Amino acid sequence: MKRQGILYCALALLFFCAGARAGTLDEVKARGKLNCGVTQGLAGFSSTDASGNWAGLDVDFCRAVAAAIFDDPSKVNFVPLSSKQRFTALQSGEIDVLSRVSTWTMQNDTALGVNFVGVIYHDGQGLMVRKKLEVQSALELSGAEVCTNTGTTTELNIADFFRSRSMPYKIVAFEKSDEALKAYEAERCDVYSTDASSLSAQRVKLAQSEDHVILPDLISKEPLAPAVRQNDPQWESLVRWTLFALINAEELAVTKANADKLSRADAAPGVRRLLGAEGDYGRAIGLDNDWALKAIRAVGNYGEIFDRNLGQQSPLKIDRGLNRLWNNGGILFAPPVR
Amino acid sequence: MTRADAPPPSLATSPSRRLLGRAVNAAVTLALGVALAIAAYGALSFLVFGAAWSGDVSACRATDGACWPFVAAKLKQFVFGRYPDDELWRAALAMLLPPALLLAAFLARRRVGLGGFAAAVLLGLPLSFLLVAGDGALLAPVPTEAWGGLTLTLLVSYTGIAASLPFGIVLALMRRSSWPVPRWLAICFIEFWRGVPLVTVLFMAAVMLPLFLPEGTSVDKLARALFAIAVFASAYMAEVIRGGLQSVPENQVTAGRALGLGYSQILALIILPQAIRSALPGIAGTFIGLLKDTTLVLVIGLFDFLGMIQLAAADPAWSASTTTLTGYAFAALVFWSLCYAIALVSAYLERVTAVGRR
Repeated sequence: MKRQGILYCALALLFFCAGARAGTLDEVKARGKLNCGVTQGLAGFSSTDASGNWAGLDVDFCRAVAAAIFDDPSKVNFVPLSSKQRFTALQSGEIDVLSRVSTWTMQNDTALGVNFVGVIYHDGQGLMVRKKLEVQSALELSGAEVCTNTGTTTELNIADFFRSRSMPYKIVAFEKSDEALKAYEAERCDVYSTDASSLSAQRVKLAQSEDHVILPDLISKEPLAPAVRQNDPQWESLVRWTLFALINAEELAVTKANADKLSRADAAPGVRRLLGAEGDYGRAIGLDNDWALKAIRAVGNYGEIFDRNLGQQSPLKIDRGLNRLWNNGGILFAPPVR
Repeated sequence: MTRADAPPPSLATSPSRRLLGRAVNAAVTLALGVALAIAAYGALSFLVFGAAWSGDVSACRATDGACWPFVAAKLKQFVFGRYPDDELWRAALAMLLPPALLLAAFLARRRVGLGGFAAAVLLGLPLSFLLVAGDGALLAPVPTEAWGGLTLTLLVSYTGIAASLPFGIVLALMRRSSWPVPRWLAICFIEFWRGVPLVTVLFMAAVMLPLFLPEGTSVDKLARALFAIAVFASAYMAEVIRGGLQSVPENQVTAGRALGLGYSQILALIILPQAIRSALPGIAGTFIGLLKDTTLVLVIGLFDFLGMIQLAAADPAWSASTTTLTGYAFAALVFWSLCYAIALVSAYLERVTAVGRR
């Protein structure tokens, strides 16, 4: 704890030193590329496709920001980071945006000199069971043996969940998540638990994946959010509103395919404001008024990005669940452009 | 194997007697043999018999064995990282050039002499880097972010090897010097770098260094890693060479002086050839260690051979329970081959250089 304190002091000090830098947007424009921090490989969020290109939800968000600035989604320099490095890399200016499955917690938001711009994926810990158990909800799992991996909050969340409901349980913990999955497959336990976002990827690995169901319950909150440095409010707004624009685009049914047409057509006022045909909204974040059009044209709206990387068009086939729009049964909500 | 490493003849007994002579020996042999057989069976059934050899990801999900189609599909990324498709020949050439030049210099050693060797070492590496990076005129520039896979592993290793030998020799000589200033400089340098884990050095170079540099100056991450590895390897090499230097009897220097040779002549003609020859096993060991240590560049976000394999294993299109394991097995196979090649070269050099001693 004490060492962490020192680390935070050091980071805070660096934050003050870095306070004198020029605007991030100007730096990015001068460099001609956006430096975007991603994972070192996580299915659906940032990994490589068959031809070795970066692909994933986090990756596409980087591309959207680059497209909003340069009108060219390829002007991104992806910087793969370990979870230990990620905030330091953001602090030191090595990256401009951290789009790396980082959980928005109070500690991360307040103690590290970074700001989270908004939730891009509502994750949480999920549970998988064999279909033949005929379990409908996590509340029926009293007395269950749970396979999970050691040393993560995963184990603690299980303990919290069962203890707070006075349900007996037994944890069978493994060093690696693949080992835990193998043990579950060999029926050494009744439940396999990990973050919902990777639960589907793990289920696909099972020999008879259709014999297993992912329960609808989430037993923890893991809101994943992109982050920026705290010292540049304009840049923070730019990144935040790029995310909001992608979500609003889905709500307004603006897609990669129809964005160009809608920006010229006599569309609804909300759509016209989003695409820069009406109002002067891009100016305030240092961009052209059609910044959102450029981003949507490049990567599509939030729903398209989700489907492509995590949803039905991807091998993962993750249900949108909480990540549906607020008017469609989910909690995904973006403030309006106006 | 030279005659010198064979056990003394007086103790030699026939292998069958040593393995099975007494009851205890027989029991130990049997137990180890069974353990070996079990391990071999497990490895073979994973790697060969139970493995999926063709098809796609569904073939891999259906088996408990290795998923070789995954390796086949991603092999290009493993070897070249994200290097642009049209320029792959440059990366391939860059990987082969330094060892090829060295081999050529070795084969023609009677004609080119020591100068030829030096030229091969001095030319090979910069040429490789020039090939991979591009010069902007003839070859299109490729940013270091696109370098990766085996290309990166080998380039980093070559740099470490090429830098550590000369710097190691200089440091070892400094450490043995009778002047206190160079001696203490060398001791401080060597002990500092040997005392710090390579991961720490790389992490400092990649993450902390930019914080200390003035705003706006940026040194390429790969360059920082190369520098860190070169410095690190030199410190280790210095101690290996020093061990070799100590094996040369002091009176040879005296004899050299008596013949009227100067310090540099004594060094180049008498001491170093003998010192390096006796340090050869240690030098090869350091090179092998260095090659394997280069995988640590992953922690600073560079995708070497192992890093590319891990990244590819995260591709959702290849998500099967044995994908990652197969990747690691393949990495082990490739690394073992490379390290064994170094060992073979070292054994060959020992044999060749030992000619005069027999």
